[in-house]
Amino acid sequence: MTEAPLRRGLPRIPDRFAALGAAIVVLLVLAAILAPWLAPYDVDPRPLESLLPPSGAHWFGTDNAGRDVLSQILYGARTSLFIAVAVLAVSATAGVTLGMIAGYAGGWARDVIMRITDVFLAFPALLLSLALAVVLPPSVNTVVLAIAVTWWPWYARLAASTAASIATRGYVDAARCLGVPAPLIVLRHVLPNSLTPVLVQMSLDAGGVILTSAALSYLGLGAQEPTAEWGLMVQQGQTYFTTSWWMVTFPGLAILVTAFAFNVLGEGLRNALDPRRVVK
Amino acid sequence: MARHLARRLGQALLVVAGVVVLTFTVMRLVPGDPAVAFAGPKATPEQLAEVRERFGLDDPLPAQLVAYVRDLLTGDWGTSLRTRQPVLDDLYLAFPASLELVGAALVLAIVVGVPVGVLAARHNRRLPDLGVRFTSMLAVSVPVFWLALTLQLIFASELGWFPIAGEYDSSLDTTSPLTLWTNITVVDALITGNWPILTSTLQHLVLPALVVAAYPTGVIAQMTRAALIEEAGQDHARMERALGFGETAVLTRFALRPSLVPVLSIVALVFAYSIVNGFLVEAVFNWPGLGRYAAESIKARDTPAIAGVTLLVALVYTLANLVVDLLQGVVDPRVRAR
Repeated sequence: MTEAPLRRGLPRIPDRFAALGAAIVVLLVLAAILAPWLAPYDVDPRPLESLLPPSGAHWFGTDNAGRDVLSQILYGARTSLFIAVAVLAVSATAGVTLGMIAGYAGGWARDVIMRITDVFLAFPALLLSLALAVVLPPSVNTVVLAIAVTWWPWYARLAASTAASIATRGYVDAARCLGVPAPLIVLRHVLPNSLTPVLVQMSLDAGGVILTSAALSYLGLGAQEPTAEWGLMVQQGQTYFTTSWWMVTFPGLAILVTAFAFNVLGEGLRNALDPRRVVK
Repeated sequence: MARHLARRLGQALLVVAGVVVLTFTVMRLVPGDPAVAFAGPKATPEQLAEVRERFGLDDPLPAQLVAYVRDLLTGDWGTSLRTRQPVLDDLYLAFPASLELVGAALVLAIVVGVPVGVLAARHNRRLPDLGVRFTSMLAVSVPVFWLALTLQLIFASELGWFPIAGEYDSSLDTTSPLTLWTNITVVDALITGNWPILTSTLQHLVLPALVVAAYPTGVIAQMTRAALIEEAGQDHARMERALGFGETAVLTRFALRPSLVPVLSIVALVFAYSIVNGFLVEAVFNWPGLGRYAAESIKARDTPAIAGVTLLVALVYTLANLVVDLLQGVVDPRVRAR
């Protein structure tokens, strides 16, 4: 895009948001993997004194059950990242498979699949997840299923449109003329070349998945005791909020920082990899 | 235009049919016997058989689906297990309050988001732009329930600037009772000139509306900025610059109007998202809308009520998308050709 021709005004500043996001995501992954070694206190066994305010010994204080909040948050990173990875893997696999069929085959297959995605997209994501999470027993797996059900149609649409455009390329025609069977063409040629936008979309979606899963757990429909989960921690802390603010504030900040990091990282990746949508 | 209208209407009807089938399917996933859920755990086998007979629970599933659709069309959305009222009546009472909250939040989001987006585009990649992008990213990343709790603690409990919860001071119901027309309190108070209730409602509205507005404000600011920058790179902008218009004039007098078309479509998406996001906020601020109704229904595992909320919000969402699509067809004739 052309930039403003006038050079007057404030100096331009290079944008380091994506790098910031990437750094936070790396730290989070490390925190999740190393939680048992990093956490200053064990999460379950011998309870500590309850509702201690933040101090040198307990940076984020302790909760009503006498658990160290910082340790809980570190273990909570495991839950959140597991949910995000599981949801994205399930919904991207299902969505891309259907999208490949729709995009490459076209015709009635595409019409049927696209109309089905229309129906799923007519529900605001959180609503359908909410309805599903209500009827299924509350657990981390329920959260994964409930969110994946609302997320796959986006991948189906994305994959269908890229597959449809790749199906018209010369190398695909060439493979078809050589008699390569359709499933093999899709696997060898169409799929590998459609993956970039899907991967970008996955990193853009991770923040939303983490926010949705935290909301479900906050409502008591997701992770249950004794799983450490940030949304659940906020829910448990809200009764004590006026006297022990740290029980709500720190897990909430953890959700905010994580969602923020994935969102800026995803945006940076999209701008870097998709020249059509560059917004300078 | 007529053909465009007909095609979009047809698509919307298809979607609504799918939404009904999907809601029906999800509600049939409920573990346990719906007859027991209705009649209670102490019901005798005869009572259970009667309940099954009455609701056709012994019929094959397709027949039950047909009956369900017929009931929906005749305005029978089932009976809430919790309130024992027809679900449609409950929704009729709860929905206007949600509309009031989300409406206020969206007005706030547009009034703040668009100018802020213009500011960011004007100072592209300079300090104000980075500030706007950073803040709007935070706004879309914040967990609403946490923001609601935090603002409530700071501005209501500690500072006492705003009331803690509710829609208006309930003692006003006796001193200056409200005549209901639309069920939207602010509108009714305005029509009937009920100033005590109007001011009380506006005070109660500030905090929840701010929380609900966070996400749409961020999205609208980002969309406005991106659309403006794209538009300012078009040939017409170069022409306007050549004619001597300053950068601010190019943006606000020429680029802004076409940029608002994509922003308009995002508002519809964000509207439905905000209703559901508002659920969490309503629960915190005890706002008597759909969200509180849904939260209480969830606690009581009240499936007919939850199905009703789900269906209503999906219908509203489909309708909002349809309206925006048609509006875009009016604003931008190229849309109709697609």
